[in-house]
Amino acid sequence: MRARGLNKRFGERQALKDVGFEAAAGELVAVIGPNGAGKTTLLSILAGIQAADGGEVETGAGAVGWVPQQAALYRRLTVEENLLLFARLEKLPDPRASVEEMLALTGLGERRGEIVARLSGGNQQRINIAIGLMARPSVLLLDEPSVGLDPRQRARLWEFVSGLAGRGTTVIFSTHDIQEAERYGNRMLVLADGEALFDGSAEELREAVRGEAAEAADRDFETAFVAYLHHRGH
Amino acid sequence: MRWLLLKDLQILRRSPLQAALLVVYPVLIAILVGLAVSRGPEKPRVAFLNEVPENSRISLSGKRLPSANVQERICEKVECVQVHSREEAVAKVESGDVLAALVLPEDLINKINSLSTLSPGTPKVEVLVNESDPLKAGQVDDKISALLAQANLAIAKRIAVEGSKYLNLVIRGGELPVLGSQIHILGLEASAHILEAIEPAVPRGPLRVALSQVTEFANQAGQNLDIAGPLIKRLAQPIEVHKVAVGGSSPPLETFAIAVAATLTLAFVTVLLVAGSLALEREENAYPRLTRGLVSCEALLGEKVLLGTVVGLVVTILMMAGLTIFTPIEWSRFGLWLAAIVVGGAALATAGAALGAVAREVRAVSLLAFMVTLPVAFLSLVPAGAVGKGLFDVIKVITALFPFKPALEAITAGLDPSGGALGGPLLHLAILIVAYAILARVGLRRFARV
Repeated sequence: MRARGLNKRFGERQALKDVGFEAAAGELVAVIGPNGAGKTTLLSILAGIQAADGGEVETGAGAVGWVPQQAALYRRLTVEENLLLFARLEKLPDPRASVEEMLALTGLGERRGEIVARLSGGNQQRINIAIGLMARPSVLLLDEPSVGLDPRQRARLWEFVSGLAGRGTTVIFSTHDIQEAERYGNRMLVLADGEALFDGSAEELREAVRGEAAEAADRDFETAFVAYLHHRGH
Repeated sequence: MRWLLLKDLQILRRSPLQAALLVVYPVLIAILVGLAVSRGPEKPRVAFLNEVPENSRISLSGKRLPSANVQERICEKVECVQVHSREEAVAKVESGDVLAALVLPEDLINKINSLSTLSPGTPKVEVLVNESDPLKAGQVDDKISALLAQANLAIAKRIAVEGSKYLNLVIRGGELPVLGSQIHILGLEASAHILEAIEPAVPRGPLRVALSQVTEFANQAGQNLDIAGPLIKRLAQPIEVHKVAVGGSSPPLETFAIAVAATLTLAFVTVLLVAGSLALEREENAYPRLTRGLVSCEALLGEKVLLGTVVGLVVTILMMAGLTIFTPIEWSRFGLWLAAIVVGGAALATAGAALGAVAREVRAVSLLAFMVTLPVAFLSLVPAGAVGKGLFDVIKVITALFPFKPALEAITAGLDPSGGALGGPLLHLAILIVAYAILARVGLRRFARV
């Protein structure tokens, strides 16, 4: 996936300013930044939910899967009914087989008949992700996927997502959790006030901080990240 | 689209309380409104105290006229509660048991009879009302005035009929019963004939001239008084109402009531269901996921309109089938009113989609749908002439912009041939479908992805 010169304006506010980046197959790219940085706007433009005011997005062959921050599913339907509905809407050749595959993937096979509203937030998020994966996308966009999950569910989620990337799926995810970005992202794109400030690995970001605030660079990654933003006026 | 339709029906099935409310509430409202529209106001209860002696009759020139059945006539128009004293009448009015009391005093007939004497009295009846409720007081004034006008008319007609008989006797002659015996009245016509027969026998001269003048008078009086008979009868009711229906005929009240009930049911079910269902897509965050390639926005709107139309059609037909318990429905016109319900339902569903497009919460959109549908429905039932012309023009514009009134007109026309032409309302509904579909599309584009 390649994005070039993306711009987006909401009224007076410039949500994205000339943002660009590339992500290769199998790469895990973390989009991080403070609140209002433009993370969700960027992901929704990449997903085709919103149109950019300027710039372009290129995707390779294959579908782009999108998992929104808030679970986008029908809470009054069962787990199975939700998966089957989206499998049918995706026009998959064998919807029921795809449902079985997703149930196995999410580990919710035994709860297939349960109404989604009765499931925990973590389990709802698993179905949310499963729906995004239904069409076997070559690029998966995850907007704050671990919000509301307990540590065990979170670990399971990343194990699952890392597995997808290992099989060649490009994964671009936004997160507020800087440690999570460091741990699971191969690369990170730092956004602040709609601008892309940094695009590189966690180590590269630390190196950038080292020249500005050496003591912060050697502490935890979150401290290094805050120092990086601070030195750039954010 | 079918999978989305299936999904919406599954959601509806999973929400039995909401589904029941969606069906039961409009059906109840529809039946209540239908009954209210189809039944006229109940007869007001009026206490009736008749102190006139039983054998009293209005007399004309000493002759007792047959009863004008005033009491029976009054009690046809109101529910008469017979009381036996003025005190009882007062108590019933004060307690609110009756709206008013009408007291016919003992001397009423004597006073009426005195009208034809040299010392006429003023016949009076007494009306007791409770003025604590101005609305009721006005209603009583109108009702009693109308009743007394009818009673006066009945008496005047009876007097006019008797007066005409006497006039006829003067003109044509006949037998007049007086104090148990019959007196023969010669009459002007017979008098003139006799005088004409005598006239040749009278020698020419002043006597014959005088006789000729009397004969002439008898002839003229007979002819002119002949005209006076119908004139006296007309005096009792000089103005007669001749009702001419212009601007189309109206369907029977029962048919209109069924149409009102059906349209109300259709409106609430479709508007609420479609608006709520569309808002639910956004409340569940599913809208962006659906419209990023799985379903087009137009297909989603189409599915919601189809859902509303189908569910509205089923509920409305079931409700109408239930209404046949109270009043018959013209099933031979099924095709016509089915078409009216389908097109009306589609227009109302599209209006619901336009409402649902602007709100992202089901509760908010349900409230909005109620706030729009209920007043428009009631405004659509305001008849011409019930309010001022300027206000009615405003109401006409408002009701023309929402599909309720054209749907009501279409269903009325479908149910009964006297309900008007079906084509006009269907065309109106088709235009509204296009307009609301555009509004819904614009609304979704403007609000849904935010």
